[in-house]
Amino acid sequence: MKTKRHPTFVVLVAALVSGGLLAVTAAAQEATTGLRGLAPLYGNAEAPRIPATEETAKQRIRAYPEQPPTIPHKIDGYQLDKNGNQCLSCHARNRVSESGAPMLSVTHFMDRDGQFLATVSPRRYFCNQCHVVQTETEPLVGNTFVDIDTLLGNAAAQ
Amino acid sequence: MTRLKELVAAFWRTFTRPAAYLSLGTLTVGGFVAGVIFWGGFNTALELTNTETFCISCHEMRDNVYQELRSTIHFTNRSGVRATCPDCHVPHEWTDKIARKMQASKEVWGKIFGTINTREKFENKRLELAKHEWARLSANDSLECRNCHSEEYMDFSVQSPRAAVAHETYLATGDKTCIDCHKGIAHQLPNMAGVEGWN
Repeated sequence: MKTKRHPTFVVLVAALVSGGLLAVTAAAQEATTGLRGLAPLYGNAEAPRIPATEETAKQRIRAYPEQPPTIPHKIDGYQLDKNGNQCLSCHARNRVSESGAPMLSVTHFMDRDGQFLATVSPRRYFCNQCHVVQTETEPLVGNTFVDIDTLLGNAAAQ
Repeated sequence: MTRLKELVAAFWRTFTRPAAYLSLGTLTVGGFVAGVIFWGGFNTALELTNTETFCISCHEMRDNVYQELRSTIHFTNRSGVRATCPDCHVPHEWTDKIARKMQASKEVWGKIFGTINTREKFENKRLELAKHEWARLSANDSLECRNCHSEEYMDFSVQSPRAAVAHETYLATGDKTCIDCHKGIAHQLPNMAGVEGWN
């Protein structure tokens, strides 16, 4: 079966497609001012220096109660795969007395039905899915987050 | 059997009889020169097998453990000082070195029969091989680590607080030796299930 299209229809489709392309190109040009900086698309931006990783034994205050605590030390070269979890060699329940590290919270033993398992639940095994190291660097995007204490303090003051 | 006995007897007669034609000088000086050549040759060959180039001339080492080492601090770091295979895996003292070299004849066997000639075979055998090295380093109080990292000259005050506490509590007291905590420092770990200190 062969259908013959009206010329106006063809012109309309062509116009729509080229309009769409223009929009996409414009969006791409705007995106160049994002994480890759002002470097042109065909060039390479100068790589920023790798900032130093925080290396202390102190825990940071969490911004809100449910926040996964940040890692206050370097984790360079720590193995975290199905063969071994180097984080747990200090933070596991039966390792903390020797290592002095905080034990991972009890929620890590829960499966998704809320049942507590004997060991770390597989879904919570990969620590750096939630926990990250901290570096001394400028935030890439702005943030207006205010923690609850400050918020309540402001409300009380008003 | 009688032929063998005759052969041994003939050898012993020649061996014990005084030299009839050669002078004492030829025998002593010749023996000395031959000894120097043999001993020098032996040590040169020994040192040749004690280089990283020799280790990674086999694909088992080149494609597995060597590749893993390359991303660790013992290969590339800020000061450019690096450890090569024999620095950690061959004792530096002569007697221990010869003992280790004799053990290594088992590794020649493994090479010939392809015990770990694929990545899968190597992964399956990794725990066993790692356990050998852990046992060796536990037994000699991590001697190969200490050839460079001397506890005596270690300044805990410039270490990170975490490292300083651990070293003061466990290393300085002699409770633990380097390998107890620093397993997998230069290569990937095997499946650690059941290994002490790991879950």
